[in-house]
Amino acid sequence: MRALTWHGKHNVRMDTVPDPEIVNPRDAIIKVTSTAICGSDLHLYDSFIPSLLPGDILGHEFMGEVVEVGSKSTLQKGQRVVVPFTIACGKCFFCEHEQFSACDNSLPADKADLTEALWGHQATGLFGYTHMTGGYPGGQAEYVRVPYSDVGPIVVPDGMDDDEVLFLSDILPTGWMAAENCDITPGDTVAVWGCGPVGLFAMQSALVLGAHKVIAIDHYPHRLELARSLGAQVINYHDVKVREALMEMTGGIGPDACIDAVGLESHGFAIDNVIDAVKAATRVLGTDRAHVLREVILACRKGGRLSIPGVYGGFIDKVPVGALMEKGLQVKSGQTHVQKYSHKLLKMIQEGQLDTTFLISHRLPLEDAPKGYKMFKEQQNETTKVVLKPGWSQQTEALHA
Amino acid sequence: MADHPVSDNDHIDSDAPRSTAVHQREVGHEAAEARGWHDAAVVGRTVTINLPRDQVYAAWRDFRNLPRFLENIRRVEVGDDRRSHWVIAAPAGRTVEWDSVLTEDEPGRLIAWSSTDGADIRNTGRIEFRDAPPGRGTEVTATIVYEPPGGDLGKLIAKLFQKEPKLQARRDLRRFKQWMETGEVSVSNPHPNAPEIDR
Repeated sequence: MRALTWHGKHNVRMDTVPDPEIVNPRDAIIKVTSTAICGSDLHLYDSFIPSLLPGDILGHEFMGEVVEVGSKSTLQKGQRVVVPFTIACGKCFFCEHEQFSACDNSLPADKADLTEALWGHQATGLFGYTHMTGGYPGGQAEYVRVPYSDVGPIVVPDGMDDDEVLFLSDILPTGWMAAENCDITPGDTVAVWGCGPVGLFAMQSALVLGAHKVIAIDHYPHRLELARSLGAQVINYHDVKVREALMEMTGGIGPDACIDAVGLESHGFAIDNVIDAVKAATRVLGTDRAHVLREVILACRKGGRLSIPGVYGGFIDKVPVGALMEKGLQVKSGQTHVQKYSHKLLKMIQEGQLDTTFLISHRLPLEDAPKGYKMFKEQQNETTKVVLKPGWSQQTEALHA
Repeated sequence: MADHPVSDNDHIDSDAPRSTAVHQREVGHEAAEARGWHDAAVVGRTVTINLPRDQVYAAWRDFRNLPRFLENIRRVEVGDDRRSHWVIAAPAGRTVEWDSVLTEDEPGRLIAWSSTDGADIRNTGRIEFRDAPPGRGTEVTATIVYEPPGGDLGKLIAKLFQKEPKLQARRDLRRFKQWMETGEVSVSNPHPNAPEIDR
């Protein structure tokens, strides 16, 4: 089959690789019909997260048709399914408590040592990410092996387009959980750093969950425009001082809740960020770039809530922990418990409460995936979301352009 | 506050198991002394399995199951109710073998065994099953004690446990938990027959 494979920093390409096979009884094989490039894929593209190996297949946002099932899969051949990016067994303590992204069984035992050392506990298996999270081949491919297929995949109702439901795989539930983690109460103002897909979905979700006001922070005009179209007020951090602006826009109180939808590769020329960038680039101290994390701590009102869907992998310096403690902030974070939200969000899409397609800027044949990465990386203003279609030839692209 | 009796001791023993001791050499010496061996390595590890105690006990008590999750065990031939023969895969196609006899067996609580005379490596194993906090299944503690052999065999064993034996024990117990809870052992390689995968 054809698949997008990683070969090093800014080096991804289409390769022909062996088709996946059923390995365990609960497996299924999915023929991919739509798959997207995620902002967190750019962390891999930029080689910011270690433990990828050359030839690894990327991609964790995908859906398709069931073409093969193991003896204990509950899926049937021919069904259309969206697959959560978090692999969860459904049987362990964590899955039983709907903490699916903390599943204790989906990580192969021989992959557990690194995260146990780095994070104190083993990670959970994710599709198409690094070997810290299992080294499971990803969804930017024609076919994918889906373990525990009786737990994760959600069957798509007839009549719904791929584009309407594809983001149930990751960014829609991730944005939703980010907003839910803000514990929004009436009158609340929620500030969201980052108008990428997760940030935009978090804004939409925060408004649905009853936020009085949502403030979006970014510097790309088109992305800020999308945020405004959802009903958010916007801050362009190239034009105004973010913390002062937030204080003024909240009557001198500060946002009740702050969402860091940026993570470890934050942009901007704040001095702390420049220092982080140098450390990261030189690999001397290998810290994550954490300007946004520092800023949400300082910006949030006393007794407020921080929600961190943005990806971090390692260590950071100069965290204003005094502000965190003295202001009595609460912090919620984590990879998304996708399976917890699948059915609820599917219903909300069907009922028109959530718009899932507004942020798609490009639809490309899978063969053009390397081009998609380059665009998503280099033209972030215009490229808000790239969806790849394995079924399209490079000629069909012209028809859809 | 002052009602608490003040201890005369200047030291309080931890409630944690000896396998977590800072000085592991001492733990090995104690185990060797208790067994009359010249040296001993002790590997101890606990895992929680989301199933009732009896069910977890029964799965382990059938030693034929062990190769499903203990990576280096090629097979266990069960003789009678108390005796079994263990065959361990070693590098370069070699094997390490021993006969094992059950030394303790308390259904739902404890399984212990010991190698018999003539073992390639002298070893004992002890698996304890305790109720986890209510609603949380069973805590399984595995304690394996073996006599590190010298000579060529010693080198072979070192290779077998490529890294520290504790690492192997952690991985093996994780696989036990996976197999018990999910019915399968998690594998990310999509091509199980590929040469780099040996299961």
